[in-house]
Amino acid sequence: MANIERDEVSGTDTTGHEWDGLKELNTPLPRWWLWTFYATIIYAVGAWVVYPSWPTLTTYWKGTSGYSSRVDLTNDLAAQTQERSVWTKKFAALPITEIAQDRNLQEVAMAGGKVIFADNCAPCHGSSGTGAPGYPVLADDDWLWGGSLEEIETTVRYGIRGAHDDTRVSEMPAFGDDYLTAAQIKSVAGHVLSLSGQGASSAEGAEVFENECAACHGEKGEGGRDFGAPKLNDGLWLYSSAGDDLIAQISKPKHGVMPTWEGRLDDVSIKQVSIYVHALGGGE
Amino acid sequence: MQTLLERNVVLLSIVTLITAAIGGLVQLVPLYTMESTIEKVDGMRPYSPLELAGRNIYVREGCYLCHSQMIRPFRDEVERYGHYSLAAESMYDHPFQWGSKRTGPDLARVGGKYSNDWHVAHLINPREVVPESIMPGYPFLAGRELSTKTIAADMQTLRVVGTPYTDDQIKNAEADMLAQANPNADGAEDTEARYPKAVIGNFDGDVSVLTEMDALVAYLQMMGTLVDTTSYKTNSDGR
Repeated sequence: MANIERDEVSGTDTTGHEWDGLKELNTPLPRWWLWTFYATIIYAVGAWVVYPSWPTLTTYWKGTSGYSSRVDLTNDLAAQTQERSVWTKKFAALPITEIAQDRNLQEVAMAGGKVIFADNCAPCHGSSGTGAPGYPVLADDDWLWGGSLEEIETTVRYGIRGAHDDTRVSEMPAFGDDYLTAAQIKSVAGHVLSLSGQGASSAEGAEVFENECAACHGEKGEGGRDFGAPKLNDGLWLYSSAGDDLIAQISKPKHGVMPTWEGRLDDVSIKQVSIYVHALGGGE
Repeated sequence: MQTLLERNVVLLSIVTLITAAIGGLVQLVPLYTMESTIEKVDGMRPYSPLELAGRNIYVREGCYLCHSQMIRPFRDEVERYGHYSLAAESMYDHPFQWGSKRTGPDLARVGGKYSNDWHVAHLINPREVVPESIMPGYPFLAGRELSTKTIAADMQTLRVVGTPYTDDQIKNAEADMLAQANPNADGAEDTEARYPKAVIGNFDGDVSVLTEMDALVAYLQMMGTLVDTTSYKTNSDGR
């Protein structure tokens, strides 16, 4: 049946098929390509046998090698824990102040803390702790809840208005809710600005401040760390010092939330990142 | 073989059928063994109506094109994102949102990582909080009122494909949706009882209107928080 001819123009044989006078040149795939292709098929069959592959009726073929990415990971993590135990043990055992004094441990904390900070803290506080409106600057010495190593560690571990029972909590009352009049709020806002040398105060503003604000923010607006009450006399603002923004914050305050990191970060990581934050520029 | 098949239409049909059947079996057989591949863990529950609505927005906006929801069992991923994703965690996803490309970070365990305020600011304009971000802004979500009318039907449909919503949950769908976004609502406790661990909060800072922003943030804050990963123990063979 097959009538193989040699094509005169190309010098190639035809396949021997003919459809309505049309003939096809037989140009086979390169030999090396074909053999490589067959080799991959054989490899695939071998891989089915060696590795987990086909589902069976009630379970699946687990492979002769018993490979499992989850077991691999467990081994990887165990090896890593072993490797890091040289310093993680010290981190776990020592209080944070002693870790920071040990030069070697401090270096480890700075290297690890930088990575942890970039992933977890930078989205709010900026990539080098530069802060953003509502998210405090961590590179200066203006602290809401305290800037010592222990205070920072507590803040990181439990968060602020977070989900943990030991989280730091405080709430500035909404003075706009039938508590102060609009005029009183305006005058106290003026007084707050005057504390940092912007504009002049007024008798009414000073009085309202003393009655309503001084308990947390201090007589001279020096701030109150027991309540996370910001300093008002240093010209640094958590939100904004623009007139309307200040009035809005007094009338109906925003309350920032810092998540609880315990549980998400392990104890060693919390200590590392706390030491890193402490060293960003404002640690006490 | 070729010569034989191309000249015999019955044989050709039979062989074609066998070839197509192999493809079908590869897709179908795993479905029968699914029960054995989903881990038995504590805490997984169907999504609350507000989370479900947020998930629908997540799908609609194509978040999966840049964000995966799949932490693979590798050391670097586990160190960064937390425990690797379990099959149980996406068992109520129809369709699943594992994704295949990370232009942005994985979101499988983003729940609780940032505050509600941060999510809202970030969704409105990512550059506001993360200057180097290339994510597009979704400011319109904050202005679009969320429709509560279709959510019960949505849950009913999911029940058909196997998500175990109870009659009680479907009946209260609208109420739960409103209550989850308003911490002062009367029904908040009932909602929490029906959907344990649901984050109840005033997500976008305005309780008077339920927006798409509320729903999306509620969904994001739930992600990866339901399953107690410590309740999952691998056997020595990794299963």
